[in-house]
Amino acid sequence: MTIAPNIAAPDTREYIPVAQPFKFGRWFRATGWRHLVGAVMVVFSAFPLLYVLSASLHPGGTLITANGLFSEVDLGSYITLFNLPQQPYAAWYGNTLLIGGITSAGTVFLGALAAYSFSRMRFTGRRAGLLMLVLVQMFPQLLAVVAIFLLLNGISDIFPAIGLDTQIGLIMVYLGGALGVNTYLMYGFFNTIPASIDEAAKLDGAGHARIFFTIILRLVAPILAVVGLLSFVGTTNEFVIASIVLITPEKQTLAVGLYQFVSQEFSSNYSVFAAGAVLAALPVMALFLWLQKYIVGGLTAGSVK
Amino acid sequence: MTIPGTERDRAQIVAAKKSRQAGRIAEAASAGIKVLLVKVLLLGIVDAISVYALFVLFIKQDWLVFSLVLLVTIVVNGIYFRAKGLPAKYLTPGLIFLIIFQIFVIGYSGYIAFTNYGTGHNSTKEDAVNSLILSSQERVPDSPSYAVTVLEQAGAYSFLVTDPDGEISVGNPDAPLEPVTDAETDASGQAIALPGYTTLNFADIVANQEAIAALAVPVSDDPNDGSLRTPDGSAAYLYLSDLVYDEAAGTMTDASTGVVYTEDPSQGSFVAEDGADLQPGWKVEVGLANFAKAFGTDSIRGPLISVTLWTFAFAFLSVATTFALGLFLAIVFNDMRMRGRNVYRVVMILPYAFPAFLSALVWAGMLNPQFGFINQVLFGGAEIPWLTNEWLAKFSIIFVNLWLGFPYMFLVCTGALQSIPGELQEAATVDGARPWQVFRLIKLPLLLVSVSPLLIASFAFNFNNFNLIYMLTNGGPRDVTAGVNVGATDILISMVYKVAFVGANRDYGLASAFSILIFVLVALVSIISFKQTKALEELN
Repeated sequence: MTIAPNIAAPDTREYIPVAQPFKFGRWFRATGWRHLVGAVMVVFSAFPLLYVLSASLHPGGTLITANGLFSEVDLGSYITLFNLPQQPYAAWYGNTLLIGGITSAGTVFLGALAAYSFSRMRFTGRRAGLLMLVLVQMFPQLLAVVAIFLLLNGISDIFPAIGLDTQIGLIMVYLGGALGVNTYLMYGFFNTIPASIDEAAKLDGAGHARIFFTIILRLVAPILAVVGLLSFVGTTNEFVIASIVLITPEKQTLAVGLYQFVSQEFSSNYSVFAAGAVLAALPVMALFLWLQKYIVGGLTAGSVK
Repeated sequence: MTIPGTERDRAQIVAAKKSRQAGRIAEAASAGIKVLLVKVLLLGIVDAISVYALFVLFIKQDWLVFSLVLLVTIVVNGIYFRAKGLPAKYLTPGLIFLIIFQIFVIGYSGYIAFTNYGTGHNSTKEDAVNSLILSSQERVPDSPSYAVTVLEQAGAYSFLVTDPDGEISVGNPDAPLEPVTDAETDASGQAIALPGYTTLNFADIVANQEAIAALAVPVSDDPNDGSLRTPDGSAAYLYLSDLVYDEAAGTMTDASTGVVYTEDPSQGSFVAEDGADLQPGWKVEVGLANFAKAFGTDSIRGPLISVTLWTFAFAFLSVATTFALGLFLAIVFNDMRMRGRNVYRVVMILPYAFPAFLSALVWAGMLNPQFGFINQVLFGGAEIPWLTNEWLAKFSIIFVNLWLGFPYMFLVCTGALQSIPGELQEAATVDGARPWQVFRLIKLPLLLVSVSPLLIASFAFNFNNFNLIYMLTNGGPRDVTAGVNVGATDILISMVYKVAFVGANRDYGLASAFSILIFVLVALVSIISFKQTKALEELN
């Protein structure tokens, strides 16, 4: 048998790591080219954002002066932004935060109530209800935008306070989508909380309301944060329904206001628009980068399950 | 001592009963006074709102909506005061919003698609008759003048009229003149004030002159009797319409030309024999006319077909390009030996975190043909029509959507790749598979299983990606031969929006017919994709 020579004798010497000489070729084949791809992608991803930042720092700048990146750094446009007679930017900003905040709080609350009952209770129509939640997601509200407009128009005749051109009316419309989009995500997460916790609490004399509000809601806090944030971002980006419901400039949101601002005077007043865009993006981006791990986890978990 | 079996059973049953009873008591007790108070308070608010709505509806005599609101209020109160039916208590708040603003509006779209609702047809026949008569009113020559005092009550104006015979009456555009007896008069016998109303002084009249000059107060219930208008806020004149409405015959006759316009219920307007019609008309059900218009008129059918094809192409290409780039990047950066992966990762997530509507607007600036960065700096001043040439605009949209969408696919693919067990790769390598084979035959199929629902969701999202299209190209370049306002890069949802809300001529009926088409397409796509992924079977 000639196997024996192939088997090395046990190495009794102490292992001494030897610094291998740095070889560019080998490094490049292993990880270097990845950095090259990374560099290209960094430029591709970040450039438009740097462009808008630089444009915003160039007071009185037009679209053409925006091409000289960071040729001037001055906060003048940000001051101009808040003193525009026709475009109440501060009001848009406040409205966006207000509408987004209330809508996301309402969405989280309504969705959590529904997810709790689907996850913890057994009743007739439960399966059909879950099926409906999945199907409703396929038909976003903006498909029925004409009917929403006419419905609110009808409500205005009876109840002007919640009809057309009111923010309450818009929030109500958004809440109509609360059960559709995110309840299924929450339902999946609620199912991961063991039912024995509920039972233990019940044995200790807690009612269903107490179990829900003081125990379950705390345990599912991560998914509540994700759903709240997704709903806030979604509301901030929503243009179609907001643009037909809100008519008075002081009541509009950033998406509607900035779009109209741009379509009126795009190339001439670009630095002011850019300043508005930078400020508008700040809260959303900060929240997003802060919570990105949860968001990505939530997105994949909810849809894959 | 042994207890006989039957007795022990009985003891157990009693114990079980007692514990159930105890459970119920505990449940009731733990609900507590605080919970009860909150419940009563919230229900009180809901009931107060619905009582107000019922009151208003009662005054408006809108019985259908009245009974609906009443029914919903009773049901909601029933649900929360019943001891049983716990799931309903948790589901009702969300369901109410869902039913009104998601399910009802879908049905309502279906109804609107069968009407001629739109500019010139947006009200009832009665309103149309009134507005026709009002709009053709002219001052009766040499008619006497009425002394008038403009009154205000709760933000609405009324006329306090003293006619040439000294009779005093009050009325406003919604309520014809009614005689009054308790008006305050000045020395000349002209009424100057009425209890419950504020009299406008000269300065107020001047400040609101346009609104006051536009007021037309009907003399009586019959619109043919004409109405009073005041150009200056102190003297009013009788205005009579050229058009005379005959309700029994359903005709509108133009007194000055003698043309008779006959009511046409299928069209919702008054039509003369030569085909001319009076605007405005009113809303009527037109059956399949909107669908016939959409599919039967050449100038609409052509654009509709190309928009539908582009919608599918756009959604598919968006998913394909973002997924390809995202997957490629996920593979590139999924190497443990590489340093600084987190830095790249954070920078690459930035486009996803930036609000999408702003991204589209920023890119629209960068792609501007004359002044944009791309042409001026990257292409040295060439005027490449990125957003105004049909095919370049389509390319730009896919490209910008790639920028917007690849980070999501990158994150998703990274997650999916990392969840594939490392042993699979080792086993394959030991069996002699080359890296490409490992990827194509092992990793890719596993990856597709976990990300395909997300790809379907992404397709559905892009199918209705209104913001990108509308903010980047506004659907343009516009197709001038089309019978509706539509351009080369419009997708179905942006076409609906333009037909319904952009421009002077709004056509809600036609727009709803297009919406129904989208519903059908989305439903078909979902049925097919759900069948493929069997996602619904896992539902439990």
